[in-house]
Amino acid sequence: MLSRTGVATCENIESILPPKERLQKGPVAVIECFQQIPCNPCYSSCPRNAIKPFDDINDLPVLDYESCNGCGTCIHNCPGLAIFVVDETYTEEEALVKLPYEYTPLPKVGDLVEALDREGKKVGQAQVVKVQNAKGQDRTPVLWVSVSKHLSQQVRNIGMEG
Amino acid sequence: MLSYEIAVIGGGPAGLCAAISAAAAGASVALIEKDRHLGGQLVKQTHMFFGSKAQFASTRGIDIADILSRQCEELKNITVLLGATVLGYYDDQVLTIEQDNKVQRVKADCLVVATGASEKVLPFPNNDLPGIYGAGAVQTLMNVYGVKPADRVLMVGAGNIGLIVSYQLLQAHVKVAGIIEAAKHIGGYLVHASKIRRAGVPIMTGYTIKKAYGERKVEGAIVWQLDDRWQPIPGTELDIPVDAVCLAVGLTPMGELLWQAGCQMIYVPQLGGHVPFRKATLETTVPGIYVAGDVAGVEEASSAMVEGRLAGLAAARRLGYHNADWENKYQDALQQLMALRSGPVGEKICSGLKCVVV
Ligand SMILES: Cc1cc2nc3c(=O)[nH]c(=O)nc-3n(C[C@H](O)[C@H](O)[C@H](O)COP(=O)(O)OP(=O)(O)OC[C@H]3O[C@@H](n4cnc5c(N)ncnc54)[C@H](O)[C@@H]3O)c2cc1C
Ligand code: SF4
Ligand code: SF4
Repeated sequence: MLSRTGVATCENIESILPPKERLQKGPVAVIECFQQIPCNPCYSSCPRNAIKPFDDINDLPVLDYESCNGCGTCIHNCPGLAIFVVDETYTEEEALVKLPYEYTPLPKVGDLVEALDREGKKVGQAQVVKVQNAKGQDRTPVLWVSVSKHLSQQVRNIGMEG
Repeated sequence: MLSYEIAVIGGGPAGLCAAISAAAAGASVALIEKDRHLGGQLVKQTHMFFGSKAQFASTRGIDIADILSRQCEELKNITVLLGATVLGYYDDQVLTIEQDNKVQRVKADCLVVATGASEKVLPFPNNDLPGIYGAGAVQTLMNVYGVKPADRVLMVGAGNIGLIVSYQLLQAHVKVAGIIEAAKHIGGYLVHASKIRRAGVPIMTGYTIKKAYGERKVEGAIVWQLDDRWQPIPGTELDIPVDAVCLAVGLTPMGELLWQAGCQMIYVPQLGGHVPFRKATLETTVPGIYVAGDVAGVEEASSAMVEGRLAGLAAARRLGYHNADWENKYQDALQQLMALRSGPVGEKICSGLKCVVV
């Protein structure tokens, strides 16, 4: 259970995953925020108003999958680092995962790194496609990594040890 | 003797906001801080804060400290006293202050006490070995002085502080062997917990520390599981080799000055310990003495800032500073506080506040 382990369960993930048809259309946000806390930057930072207005600051974010274009602005604005963007149309075999990464050293474009799941376990390999670290991101770099398509909803971190 | 209309004691988020709002309303304010810099806990917080835009959400704590300090400097009717520790309070509204090895007295018509909270400790065998740290000390070493505190740490406590300090240890290339938590559930925000887990750090709920061991410094810790009645279960011991144990087992309000001033106090576990009775304006039972922030009940920087604003406004009004804008600002602060506390994680605070708001 998430509140004991800190790891989202399959049910947690299913409850927020964009529908298959939407995933097949291109990049979209996956918001892994399951607890009501007083927080709303995801909503206030989205340039497309794709996150439904919060009646109460403790509301859970609700994404309008059709309005979201996967731009990733919310990734570095989320203080919980709980938002990812997944593009299942990246190539025939690979999906693109955009994830927040506040560790040093940053990987370089082209690096092959470990693909880690929600428990930090290695589930495969990822290749770094882009490292976004603009001033406006305020020191929350976002990595774009390509992974095998079947891992698109598992890979949420990278490791640089192996 | 120096004399001000309002003395604010403590330059953390609560004290900074109290000073700013009182001075903006027109009062002359002394902001007294024992450290050499303003910001309180904020200067150690390198992570982004929660809340909404009004409380600087998505901004890092350390940057919030800078923003508020600058606002303070811009107000000419705030005098900031740094390296100045308030030692005592006397009936004729006089504070004694130690600054640069000299004791001086300051007189103030109103006080806002915003002294924050101190860390709790945990009794267990060998908890006096070098390498047993409070989470605050670890954060200060890393984030204020740039010193790596250890190579491999066991974190005790999975509240927000334990989770965040674990994350900051990872960022500083310190291994975190695990986080143990006596309760059956993680107390801190689950998004923080998930971020630590995907970095490979285990969180063990229902575990406590049995003892630390080591010749002259910490070489490891023995942890064991707790049953449903919080009793340790023999035979469940695990040996975790580490060179530091970091305690993040909660904070307790630092209300010494309030006791001295004769404010009526009460023990409220939900608020972290002994706290003063107060009105909605944050005035204690001693007229003219206000509280704000963790000293009024251990909570968050976001609410500490709003409480500071409220207390500053109320103190200014007591002194007759009451312009057209006052009511709007006051109502806005009340509403922000209510919103912050309205969700499930605010329930504990609200149940505690029921016992103390008169
Ligand atoms: C690891 C950690 C992470 C946190 N993360 C968050 C977060 O993400 N979001 C959030 O909202 N909150 C967070 N908090 C909580 C937040 O930092 C505190 O709730 C907040 O700082 C309380 O503000 P305060 O002004 O009441 O007290 P403090 O920040 O503790 O300030 C009190 C000040 O008073 C001074 N002082 C005390 N006694 C005296 C005296 N006698 N004379 C003069 N000066 C005195 C102290 O030196 C200190 O500067 C975190 C806290 C910790 C420890
Ligand atoms: S990815 Fe872009 S469009 Fe989608 S929710 Fe985030 S900020 Fe909005
Ligand atoms: S900003 Fe992040 S942590 Fe805050 S509500 Fe949105 S998704 Fe959750």
